[in-house]
Amino acid sequence: MSAWTRRHLLGLEELSADEIRHVLDTAASFKEVSTRSIKKVPALRGKVVVNMFVEPSTRTKMSFTLAATRLSADVVDFSPSMSSLSKGETLVDTAKNIEAMGIDFIVIRHPASGAAHLLSKVLKASVINAGDGAHEHPTQGLLDIFTMREVKGRIEGLKVAIVGDLSYSRVARSNIHGLVKLGAEVIVCGPSTLVPGPIKELGVRVSYHIDEIIGEVDVINLLRIQTERQKANLFPSIREYARLFQINEERLKRAKPDVMIMHPGPMNRGVEISPEVADGEKSVILKQVENGLAVRMAVLYLCSGSHEESHADVPHQGR
Amino acid sequence: MPDPKRLMDQAAVEAALERITNEILARNATRSRLAVIGIHTRGVVLAKRVHEALQSRTGAEIPFGTLDITLYRDDHDVHGVKAVVRATDIPFHLDGKDVILVDDVLFTGRTTRAALTELVDFGRPSTIQLAVLVDRGHRELPIQPDYVGGRFDTHRQDSVHVRLAETDPSEEVVLVQGKASA
Repeated sequence: MSAWTRRHLLGLEELSADEIRHVLDTAASFKEVSTRSIKKVPALRGKVVVNMFVEPSTRTKMSFTLAATRLSADVVDFSPSMSSLSKGETLVDTAKNIEAMGIDFIVIRHPASGAAHLLSKVLKASVINAGDGAHEHPTQGLLDIFTMREVKGRIEGLKVAIVGDLSYSRVARSNIHGLVKLGAEVIVCGPSTLVPGPIKELGVRVSYHIDEIIGEVDVINLLRIQTERQKANLFPSIREYARLFQINEERLKRAKPDVMIMHPGPMNRGVEISPEVADGEKSVILKQVENGLAVRMAVLYLCSGSHEESHADVPHQGR
Repeated sequence: MPDPKRLMDQAAVEAALERITNEILARNATRSRLAVIGIHTRGVVLAKRVHEALQSRTGAEIPFGTLDITLYRDDHDVHGVKAVVRATDIPFHLDGKDVILVDDVLFTGRTTRAALTELVDFGRPSTIQLAVLVDRGHRELPIQPDYVGGRFDTHRQDSVHVRLAETDPSEEVVLVQGKASA
């Protein structure tokens, strides 16, 4: 077993395959806690988690709040519109001020790529990246991979299609880093204007036609089409995107019978996914949300505790 | 480092578990209230053996569960995260049960403390009785076992290893002397 020695979770790019597996294994045990009648364990009692979401979020923020609460930590929400960030204070100053009040974790979502890395360099608290710009969304990547492993029983050798707007997707990047490390074959698919050329360097195959690859993949992970991006003329119309890329029942007839359909949310019903498929038996979208809680509990738990010195060789003494 | 000293061999372990089983039956007349819960990892192995013996002796179906106390430990800050978190699995109602809690070694009592805290989060047993294969002393908390396989004098810095056929190449209990501290 590889020990976890990190204080921060900033991205999947810097994690080893063993570290990723360790989080997934830990999350599997945490899933059971949510089935207890008392859904709470004292592991992080007395710790304080600050949710610093400088971008809107529903499920990620609530998921982190519930995860921290189930570990008995206290949670404080930071709302940027009511804060001194809106008065011109820098992110680092704001974070340092919050830290001065004695907190242990900052969970940060920010529109700028690298925001979490920046905070991790100046704070003593643990920094958990909940999405930074177009860079990474590591807990989403972990929960997607966790769900694939749970349903399919393995990651190695799986063929995973990531479909949609690849150029601005932090969810895609975290998925790609994790899946490639664990030995999956990743195919990214979308209109050529939404698939950046250098993405191949991450070790993925590129396809511009969903119908070309739909028959061979085990998993289809759909990304949200950001309708505001259509205004930038990156694709002609929502309707055309839906015609060429939407996962609907007609298209699924050509897919493997046991293909699983994933979506990180929020989804545009009728654009990248048809309502029948979203609510259908191949969809694991709500399972993803459920697993997100266990994964975030595991991440908070693993990043807590003291990591200054290694106790890996100290046997279990406290019995 | 001095050679490890064998405290119990396989026959001694088996005899100890048989005696514990007898004592449990002598003390718990109401068989229908009995339940067995093992503490990960080797406590679970021992608990399975005790559970099997109790079922075959009574002919009754006795509930069985496992407890992982990692999330209830009090040394999270001191030692950091090192243990693998395993699932706690108690697939029955604890209320009104006479729970036999099984662990391999009783030392400081802190694992037992954590196990008791976790158990009462699951329900309100009628009694919780502690069965251990080895009591090596040096308690830091007011916790005593109800059933003991063997009591051994140890130094605080020694370590006691329980090896069982199910998880290890051989079955024995050995004491490895630690460095004498000043």
